Amino acid sequence: MSQIRELGYKDLPLGGKILDAGNSENYETGGWRTYVPVHDAEKCTNCLLCWIFCPDGAIFVKDGKWAGFDLKHCKGCGICAEQCPPKVKAITMVKEEK
Amino acid sequence: MAKTLGLTGNEAVAYAIMQINPDVMAAYPITPQTALVQKFADFLADGDVDTEMILVESEHSAMSATVGASAAGARAMTATAANGLALMWEIVYIAASNRLPIVMPVINRALSAPINILCDHSDTMGCRDTGWIQIYSENAQEAYENTIQAVRIAEHPDVLLPAMVTQDGFIISHGMEDVTILEKEQVQKFVGEYKPHYPLLDPEHPVSYGPIDFHDFYFEHKKPQVDAMENAKQVILDVGREFSKLSGREYGFFDAYRMEDAEIVAIMMSSTAGTTRPVVDELRRQGIKAGLLKLRVFRPFPAEEIVAALQGKKAVAILDRAISFGAQGGALFSEVCSALYNAGQRIPVINFLYGLGGRPAEIENIQEVYQKLQRIVQTGKVDNLINYLNLRE
Ligand code: SF4
Ligand code: SF4
Repeated sequence: MSQIRELGYKDLPLGGKILDAGNSENYETGGWRTYVPVHDAEKCTNCLLCWIFCPDGAIFVKDGKWAGFDLKHCKGCGICAEQCPPKVKAITMVKEEK
Repeated sequence: MAKTLGLTGNEAVAYAIMQINPDVMAAYPITPQTALVQKFADFLADGDVDTEMILVESEHSAMSATVGASAAGARAMTATAANGLALMWEIVYIAASNRLPIVMPVINRALSAPINILCDHSDTMGCRDTGWIQIYSENAQEAYENTIQAVRIAEHPDVLLPAMVTQDGFIISHGMEDVTILEKEQVQKFVGEYKPHYPLLDPEHPVSYGPIDFHDFYFEHKKPQVDAMENAKQVILDVGREFSKLSGREYGFFDAYRMEDAEIVAIMMSSTAGTTRPVVDELRRQGIKAGLLKLRVFRPFPAEEIVAALQGKKAVAILDRAISFGAQGGALFSEVCSALYNAGQRIPVINFLYGLGGRPAEIENIQEVYQKLQRIVQTGKVDNLINYLNLRE
């Protein structure tokens, strides 16, 4: 990301085109966040609803279990916290101090 | 062999487009452009072109379809005038910013209100900052030849910018003249095969057009557009030189008519130059050193070249066929003034706003321009910076 950010106008593709597929990963949207999701592993049932609903694919899953947030891309929308079942509520949104 | 036909400006440009044979033409009718697209539709119906013609429901869609076709990898064109161009506005910027080398004839017409279908330059002058190359034509012959050259200029790898080719509504678009038409093969050879830059329809190399761009990249994406405009200057001259081998006519940034030893000069664009030539000739017969600088290329603006052509002149009048409300005179006036100022030239200049909504600019009106210049030379004083030609008080 930081490398892309440093590119000068002479190094960018013409007309703002993106010349390679699937490179949105290189664009770190984590900086847009105001609230950061905080996960409580004690409460989590690994239902993975949060993973299904996260619009940015910012939730890691390993061996069928919740495995962390990708904070480079998480925009802090809070959808994961909203989707986590009411009786579980394993995710809380916390104001992020920068 | 070239042949001479009686053609209107609209028909001449339709001939040019037929001979270019673009992949896609998307257009919506608007006076005074309608006859152009109609003539092109005749060529299509007669099987003279294999263009995909898209009939759309508005100019916004015409420009959008042209942008889509161009991004897909097609040599795409459209044509419009006045309010049609105004309706395209949003996509006019997008065409330039996506670096799509679309060529668009624009038949200059006044913008509403009050509604008026006759000529002035408010439409194209209004989008002088959109990032399009702008080439103004004096007559049907030039409109034909500028359209063909515009394809090469726009598509040049150092440029990749869209280009408008204008002609004066009705005065040229509906007036019939002798126009010398090249052979289709000559035009085909001149424009060559279109090699699109990262087209969408290339599954081997998938690309995205028009992604979102914030404070972090937008500015960096604008500067190359500035540079491409600058590059266009050399390309315009090179293409003009190459084309003159076919047509025998010279094409540069402007036509300097009797300028060499001229003392008083009028600068203008398009058909009014045709009215001005005999005025200059008559003044010359009377021993008055009058000259005419007819600007062909407004974007990119050839500032240095204009300054060089005005070197040592005693008084200059700049004629604008569009008002820039609240500005210090017309846009052409402002451009010429800042070019002179930046070059440290202090030549007395005056501005004439003229020809709005089709108001005629006749021989006697142009004579008035040169009389005013003569008075400035005699008195050494500019009493009125901004003047209105042929306006009732
Ligand atoms: S806050 Fe939004 S972006 Fe971040 S992990 Fe949750 S759902 Fe995804
Ligand atoms: S929705 Fe809640 S319970 Fe389900 S995996 Fe995500 S954090 Fe765990």
